[in-house]
Amino acid sequence: MTGPLPEPTGVAAPMEGPIDVSPSCPVPLAPGGLVQLGHGGGGRLTAQLVGRLVPRFGDPELARLADAATLEVPAGRLAFTTDAFVVQPLAFPGGDIGSLAVYGTVNDLAMMGARPLALAAAFIIEEGLDLAVLDGVAVSMAEACRRAGVRLVAGDTKVVERGAADGIYVTTSGIGCIPPGVEVGPERARPGDVVLCSGPIGVHGIAVLSRRAGMAFDVDTCSDAAPLHELVTAGLAAGEIHALRDPTRGGLAAVLNELAGASGVSITVEEEALVVPGPVAAACEMLGLDPLSVAGEGCCVALVHPDSADAVLDAWRAQPVGAQAARIGEVGEGPATVRLRTRLGAHRPVLVPTGELLPRIC
Amino acid sequence: MRFVDEYRDPVRARALADRIAAVLRRPWTLMEVCGGQTHTLVREGIDEVLPAAVELVHGPGCPVCVTPVEVIEAACRIAAEPGVTLCSFGDMLRVPGRDRDLQQVRAAGGDVRVVYSPLDAVGIASAEPSRTVVCFAVGFETTAPATALSLLEARRRGLSNYLVLSAHVRVPPALEVILGAPDNRVQGLLAPGHVCTVQGGAEYAPIVARHRVPIVITGFEPVDLLEGILACVTQLEEGRAELENRYRRSVRPEGNPVARAALAEVFEPVDRRWRGLGTLPLGGLGLRDAWRAYDAEARFGPVPEGTDDGRCRAGLVLAGRLRPDACPEFGTGCRPEHPLGAPMVSTEGACAAYWHAGRPRRPGPGDVAGPVPEAASR
Repeated sequence: MTGPLPEPTGVAAPMEGPIDVSPSCPVPLAPGGLVQLGHGGGGRLTAQLVGRLVPRFGDPELARLADAATLEVPAGRLAFTTDAFVVQPLAFPGGDIGSLAVYGTVNDLAMMGARPLALAAAFIIEEGLDLAVLDGVAVSMAEACRRAGVRLVAGDTKVVERGAADGIYVTTSGIGCIPPGVEVGPERARPGDVVLCSGPIGVHGIAVLSRRAGMAFDVDTCSDAAPLHELVTAGLAAGEIHALRDPTRGGLAAVLNELAGASGVSITVEEEALVVPGPVAAACEMLGLDPLSVAGEGCCVALVHPDSADAVLDAWRAQPVGAQAARIGEVGEGPATVRLRTRLGAHRPVLVPTGELLPRIC
Repeated sequence: MRFVDEYRDPVRARALADRIAAVLRRPWTLMEVCGGQTHTLVREGIDEVLPAAVELVHGPGCPVCVTPVEVIEAACRIAAEPGVTLCSFGDMLRVPGRDRDLQQVRAAGGDVRVVYSPLDAVGIASAEPSRTVVCFAVGFETTAPATALSLLEARRRGLSNYLVLSAHVRVPPALEVILGAPDNRVQGLLAPGHVCTVQGGAEYAPIVARHRVPIVITGFEPVDLLEGILACVTQLEEGRAELENRYRRSVRPEGNPVARAALAEVFEPVDRRWRGLGTLPLGGLGLRDAWRAYDAEARFGPVPEGTDDGRCRAGLVLAGRLRPDACPEFGTGCRPEHPLGAPMVSTEGACAAYWHAGRPRRPGPGDVAGPVPEAASR
């Protein structure tokens, strides 16, 4: 593994009529207005839009505005992934579509044991979006990149007619470097492995759901969206991790079933051991949801060799995002199934959730 | 979580299961009426810790499941009308109508919105006066007061674009039908605690007297259910048949007077067809004449006569005559992704409860192969 990436240096591009200054961004915010179709036309308006976004990231490679970014790559294997973000509402307690787009892709890389190197972002913008909203997303992405220590080196914007999109969609792609000797993958779990979960489950899903139109309810919780690669690095240094996955869409239920299926093993989870924060439990109770099927964005599960499970757990707990890490279950021989041992001591299978999250009626 | 955790305490639950075993002298068949109770039973594995001599059959207490196909079809038809916004509880969206469901209507351009309360639908009608907002009102005496309140609120705001398609149903007539059937196996009932929270217990006393069965008003958490079962088998072993309230933290004898007043102002009991049970005398709640201006059936035409669909045996399941996992279609022709009937869709449906608890298909009492017997659509 190489050392830490160089701290990005701010590149202040000249902008028109700067007045307002965001405390987290060195670049003054331009005056407001609405995104027009012309912003996607490739002409002067497009250049203005790009000029408005690029400086926020302070990355010299991005600021070159070349057709592709060029990168120095350390030795080892590369991990490469992409993820599209369409979250609604765009901003929610604890984050927004911008921070989510950064952490989501950073974490996908981290789940393969990779340290993230660079991201590219594509924005599909609906005509009529307030430019201030776009600025907010860009500022938030830049802030998330700084927190994760990853560079955003390439990007693209497109504008579609009003009604053809829902505000803004963001797609991020990322590459990361897998240090020599690191071998993790969903198919590598073995019977006897211990299942660790790095933090509370279901937090992001409930935070977003609590702000969705028509479902607004008071819940004292913020999205847990956070970069996980430092946690992963610490875990890999401490012990023998076979498989990693972050329970985003479909929650723990979907992820454990994927891991069980890929490795051909059974997984048993102890209901008692799961960390479900009070507000998440209460919201799930009210809405008729199973916390096991609600998304998180700041925790992951690891299937770990039993001899090093305690060491990985200790390493995780020493990290801020892993403070509530817990041993939640174990891996057995196939067939590929996931079971939950209830508090009463009975067993029930954990199935892959079907369809969208819907509130129940009574 | 206070008021929840203490009723999920495994130590208390096991102690109750032991007491049930100690009381039992012979086998008994009980019905838990409410779908919420069914889900707790299978989710927590309570039937695994109960003595085998106590058989639980699942009742008709899932409002989504008992809503007949012609009402869903009517909702789909209304939702497809231009200018209409149909507001529905989420569970109803995947329940198949005759050849479509509300999700498909939405995908085809219909304005179908999921609401958590009928008052949210009133809010939409208020904010979007150019649209006709129809609230698809399903549920028992538990959800009907919220519908009543939404109509009172719509009248207070002077809204003329808020309508209700009422599919509300009443529990007591269904229990009469189940207990009165010649082949009834149910010897004791766990009555639905939430319905009784609204209505009180008075409606159940005549049923106890007429059919000589104990009825125990029961809650929804593991400890609640086990207490209800213990009370019910104790009565049966002692040869008693009484109405007993084992959900006192929520149910008062007189119910909730405010909710009952709202219900009485807006609704009146009407005959209504239930999926699988046929037309039940006074088995539903219809809008009173004074509220005709808010009645979606008055605006868009009445729900036509309907019959139950062939392959789904929901009628037998809802009457407690067929265990979901004994149905020939369970897990093969009928799964949550491709439900044949509502009990596989709703979070409270007995078939969905068995599926999500991972029960394999297991032929047993009430198993029927081949075509559905006439009794299913009686």
